[in-house]
Amino acid sequence: MGGVTAERRNYKLKVWKQNGPDDSGHFEEIDAKNISPNQSFLEMLDQVNQELIESGKEPITFDHDCREGICGTCSLVINGNPHGPQKQVTTCQLHMRSFASGETIVIEPFRANSFPVVKDLMVDRSAFDHIIQAGGYISIKTGNAVDANSIPVGKEYADMAFNTATCIGCGGCVAACANSSAMLFTSAKISHLGLLPQGQPEHQDRVLNMVNAMDEAGFGNCSNTGACELACPKGISLENIARMNREYAKASLKSRS
Amino acid sequence: MNYLLSSIGRKQLMGISGLIMTGFVGGHMAGNLSMFIGPEAFNSYGHAIVSNKPLLYGTEVVLLLALLTHFVMGIWLTRENKRARKSKYAKPTNGDKSAQFASKSMIYHGIALLGFIIWHLCTFKFGNHYDVTYDGVMMRDLFTLMVEKFNQPLYAAGYVVLMLTVGVHLSHGFSSSFQSLGFNHPRYTPKIKTLSFLYATVVALGFLSMPIYIYLVY
Repeated sequence: MGGVTAERRNYKLKVWKQNGPDDSGHFEEIDAKNISPNQSFLEMLDQVNQELIESGKEPITFDHDCREGICGTCSLVINGNPHGPQKQVTTCQLHMRSFASGETIVIEPFRANSFPVVKDLMVDRSAFDHIIQAGGYISIKTGNAVDANSIPVGKEYADMAFNTATCIGCGGCVAACANSSAMLFTSAKISHLGLLPQGQPEHQDRVLNMVNAMDEAGFGNCSNTGACELACPKGISLENIARMNREYAKASLKSRS
Repeated sequence: MNYLLSSIGRKQLMGISGLIMTGFVGGHMAGNLSMFIGPEAFNSYGHAIVSNKPLLYGTEVVLLLALLTHFVMGIWLTRENKRARKSKYAKPTNGDKSAQFASKSMIYHGIALLGFIIWHLCTFKFGNHYDVTYDGVMMRDLFTLMVEKFNQPLYAAGYVVLMLTVGVHLSHGFSSSFQSLGFNHPRYTPKIKTLSFLYATVVALGFLSMPIYIYLVY
């Protein structure tokens, strides 16, 4: 199991290179040599980049931050799958032991018109921020911290809300969806607040506004393939999309404006 | 934004119109099984339906509206979906992250089925007219028309293939409608998916047994 190993592997990377959103982009073949199976995928890219820099070439641009699977910054479509082949694992938590030595690894950015490529593998996911700005919050005066349990929340609802709150907003759902739909993300955010009492006062407006913001951002529609759920590194379920669907219909019907 | 123009509203129209047609094909298949009893049972069943004008026209109007809604929404949503990603992936999702075939190809079998419905109506509803008289009542002899058509190998084979297509479309469409309409529950959804698959299988097998039977027996 794991531990220090002297084993080193070589890979052939087929990496997407693109100079900004308007460039058409192309694949470039880059060798990844002397890679430990215990290196993470991003550490492998770090090593490749170091060698590219040392040989005077331009490094591969990619997004990363916490490298602990909780910030939602890392992305990449690896051999066709967002966040690589393993379920419920982010790219930063993926290790090179998942790839056979000598394998060709195809690395692409999250592709969606609503996620324009900044450079190479880095995409601009601010469309998600716009969806959040449309209602992914609760308006309260914070004041002092309230006592725990001052608002009763059923255990089942607390658990469901927590599960949706684990969405890290990485956009893997959009990347996996054949339609580049953002419904899994939006529904997770709507569910997270909608399942809790604190989210109730603004629930109706939140559902309407967040869905409208999602539609306006140019994401595609849901065709219930479930690809998003399979790709989600946090295991957010399709049940949330169904909840959003019925809450949106209800809110549209009840809305007084 | 208007509900009917929203992504969710249009999906729900897709779901409702789909469920209406899903219900219809089951009834259509069950009724047509009367052909296995014989020509008189089949023709009399057809005659009973066309003689009940409110039922006939009511069903036709509802089905036509459902079909148009389903078609328009399907094309509209798919066009948007295709436009939401201009640059394509070199590789599709695969392995543990691969979605099921039927769910990914709905628009293609959907278009094939629209073509089929037109062909089917031209063949039978608006096709050759033969008469037959049972107990002094003259009625349309659809059985003879069916025998005439299904004795052509390509015709029978085409029907079999298209009925399998109906099965594939329904296997995803039935359960997918529930999801679009907001019904997903950890206890019931797995059962709805099983029911969806069984219903699609029964409808497809029921329908495709007919051209095979006619081709082999008549």
